[in-house]
Amino acid sequence: MSPLGHFSQSEAPSLSGHRSPFVLTSFCTEDNVLECRSYINQEVSSLGLRAVWTPTDGPAELNVVAVLNSLYELIQLHRQGLRALDDMEVERQRSASNTELLQLSNTRLKGQLELSKRENTSLLEKERQLQLKVKNLQSCLKNEKEEVQRLQNIIASRASQYNHDMKRKEREFGKLKERLNQLLVDKKEKKQAMEVLNYVERADGKRSMWKTGRTEARHEGEVYRTLLSDYDARQRELVLENSEQRKVLQQMKRDMVSLLRGSKPARREETPGDPQTQVRGEGDSEDSEEVFESSCVDAREKLTNSIRLKWRKLKSHMERLDSQASLVQAGEGAEPDAVPLETHGQEMERLKLEIQQCKDFIHSQQQLLQQRLTSPCEEEEAAAIPPGSPMQGEGGRPGERGRLGEDWRALEEQRTHFEKERKTFTEAAIRLSHERMMFEEDRATWLKHQFLHWTPFTDQNQPEMTEGEQEAASVFSPECLPGSPSPETSSSPRCQALQTQSTADPYRSLPPSPESRYR
Amino acid sequence: MNFSEIFKQSNQLCRISPDGRYLATCVQYRLVVRDVNSLQILHLYTCLDQIVHMEWSSDSLFILCAMYKRGLVQVWSLEQPDWHCKIDEGSIGLVSSRWSPDGRHILNTTEFHLRVTVWSLCTKAVSYIKYPKACQKGIDFSRDGSYMALAERRDCKDYVSVFVCEDWHLLRHFETETQDLAGLEWSPNGCVLAVWDSCLEYKVLLYSLDGRLLSSFSAYEWSLGIKSLAWSPSSQFLAIGSFDEKVRILNHITWKKITEFEHPATICSPKTVVYKEVEKRPVRLHIITRNVCPTDEISQPPFQIPVVKPDLDRANPKVGVSSLAFSADGRYLATKNGGFQVHALSWHSNGDSLVLIGKEHLCLCYMDTEDKSTDSNIWTK
Repeated sequence: MSPLGHFSQSEAPSLSGHRSPFVLTSFCTEDNVLECRSYINQEVSSLGLRAVWTPTDGPAELNVVAVLNSLYELIQLHRQGLRALDDMEVERQRSASNTELLQLSNTRLKGQLELSKRENTSLLEKERQLQLKVKNLQSCLKNEKEEVQRLQNIIASRASQYNHDMKRKEREFGKLKERLNQLLVDKKEKKQAMEVLNYVERADGKRSMWKTGRTEARHEGEVYRTLLSDYDARQRELVLENSEQRKVLQQMKRDMVSLLRGSKPARREETPGDPQTQVRGEGDSEDSEEVFESSCVDAREKLTNSIRLKWRKLKSHMERLDSQASLVQAGEGAEPDAVPLETHGQEMERLKLEIQQCKDFIHSQQQLLQQRLTSPCEEEEAAAIPPGSPMQGEGGRPGERGRLGEDWRALEEQRTHFEKERKTFTEAAIRLSHERMMFEEDRATWLKHQFLHWTPFTDQNQPEMTEGEQEAASVFSPECLPGSPSPETSSSPRCQALQTQSTADPYRSLPPSPESRYR
Repeated sequence: MNFSEIFKQSNQLCRISPDGRYLATCVQYRLVVRDVNSLQILHLYTCLDQIVHMEWSSDSLFILCAMYKRGLVQVWSLEQPDWHCKIDEGSIGLVSSRWSPDGRHILNTTEFHLRVTVWSLCTKAVSYIKYPKACQKGIDFSRDGSYMALAERRDCKDYVSVFVCEDWHLLRHFETETQDLAGLEWSPNGCVLAVWDSCLEYKVLLYSLDGRLLSSFSAYEWSLGIKSLAWSPSSQFLAIGSFDEKVRILNHITWKKITEFEHPATICSPKTVVYKEVEKRPVRLHIITRNVCPTDEISQPPFQIPVVKPDLDRANPKVGVSSLAFSADGRYLATKNGGFQVHALSWHSNGDSLVLIGKEHLCLCYMDTEDKSTDSNIWTK
């Protein structure tokens, strides 16, 4: 906001407001000279310049010198400002161009960096490939070296063998030469001869025969006969083997057919193999037919082909079953063949139910077992079971029942035992109460006696009496007489225990107790 | 077990007659025939030189004694002690001598394997067979004794000649596809002849009796090949032991490998029973020295067999399956792998026990016939 604008708002409402600082025509008029003068003064002094008008000057007059000085100073200020503005303009432009330059160079460098990075990765890749190649080549080289070594070994062994043979042959050759020389030198030549006393018979007793064409033919015949018999034997074996294998194949085929028929009742397709199966099924039991057919190549091929077909069908069937099973496991969609799926589902339900039942049974068994185990002491007490119990030796359920029976019997015995004990205790308690009553009566009579025979004269007997009284009193102190006797303790130890109790105020407690007793 | 007194012998020539009634031993140049049960000397024959080879004839009536240095073969008769027969090979020399299966012919191989002479004890006929091959097993008779297969080599090629033993008539003569034939063996039924190559090449050729090639089998190339071979008693299987320490079994219908047995140094299979011989110090008495039987331990799997790595630079290295023996019923196959000191394996005829003969020891192994599980490795040190 220019100061003029500001002024126009606050001080001089009469001024018409052109905001532009360059149009100053209507700032000062004849009426508002003084205000303008003071305003100018204010402004100038705020700018740090000398004042335009001082009160020493006349009220309505202006100090022209001061005004001109301040004007000059203002002009100088203005010029300075303009220069600064210019400089700043220049600076700004320079910096703008600098930033532009930097941006350009930045983008260029970024591009270069990208390029160099890509180059780097490609070089690394190349290096890796080359290293792989190097490794391959090294392994190839190793293999080749091994191969070369092996071949060299072979060559060495062959060479040594050749050398050995060569030496042997040379030695023999040498011997031969020597012998030849010897023979040439030797005059008398010893001929081969055989002396025998008499000729012996042949081993088989026959006479030897002349060599004629017939014998030769006979020999040839013998040779061929031997070979033929050998081939015959072999052929017989092979025929046997063949027939056995054919039987096995037939069996396999029958089994496969039955399997396929059993699993797919709906399928009625007529394959080329089927008519033959039926035909063959009729003629299977006849061995002669088989033997006849075995000689026919076509029949052989048909058999193998039909078996192959059946096998393929079986395989596809098994694959289908497998896929069905996997689908059912995954719980996915419906099969076009819904019947096996339903039965499968029913089976599953049934099996689940069975499993649940078994689990419940096991659980109940466990609980029973737990109950049995938590009462070991009863079992120990019931160990007095007669060992000759008839059910003891049997295992499984009867044995368990026997054991339960034994336990039951033991428990029953214990219960009867406890009943007996309780009876005895009650009897004892009754006896005790009777005795007490008797004792009370005695005491009462005794007290009566005492009371009747009571004298003011204190004797030496009295301490004894007081002790006896103390005893009696301690016996009958009210806190010592609970209502019902407990079965664990008997009356006699109780009296002993009570004697140790305090007998603080026997006399005080004495009078009220009989009254309380007989109330 | 009772022991008899010790008899002298030379060159390990002690043979029991095929009918089991006599025992023949050679002491230097004497041949002593004893009764097996009483060990009484029944006959004593004297030969012209130290006996190097001695063999009974198949009917136990004659004994052949060969003296290679002198080139002599003398034949003695048990029925007639006066009877004598002497075959002198003369300057041609003698390398080996053997009976034919009928017990009436003697086959002498001359020095340098120049030829095989077939001498007959019944007739004056002599047959010569040229160019026999000097190899591991160059002659084999079929089990029934009617045919003989002989390996020949001429012009750097291998041939096989099949003779009829009745009259030594040459039945077949054919070339084999081997580089260097090492041996041949008839199958027990006499219909197939197995021919194998030397160890430089793994190759087995199977020929039928009439000379046709039935099949050939080769497990691998270049490495050392077949070391030993055995037919099963029923002729259904052929077991081939090779230098790679494996035994391969072929079947007689397709002649292809049906199974392969390895001899690993570490046995991990739980079904394998391993017996280890633990040698105890022998107890020496003053008068008689007798070795205490070493006890066997039954070890738990996995079991590590201590293998002595043989020197592979030498020829015929002590590595690989060197002996194979089928039991008589064909249920078991005994194999010896590596450099163990077992010189011979042989089964008892009822197939329940096995004899292992070593350099200084003898071991009898009894199979547990109740236990039907297979795969029992018997290993002795």
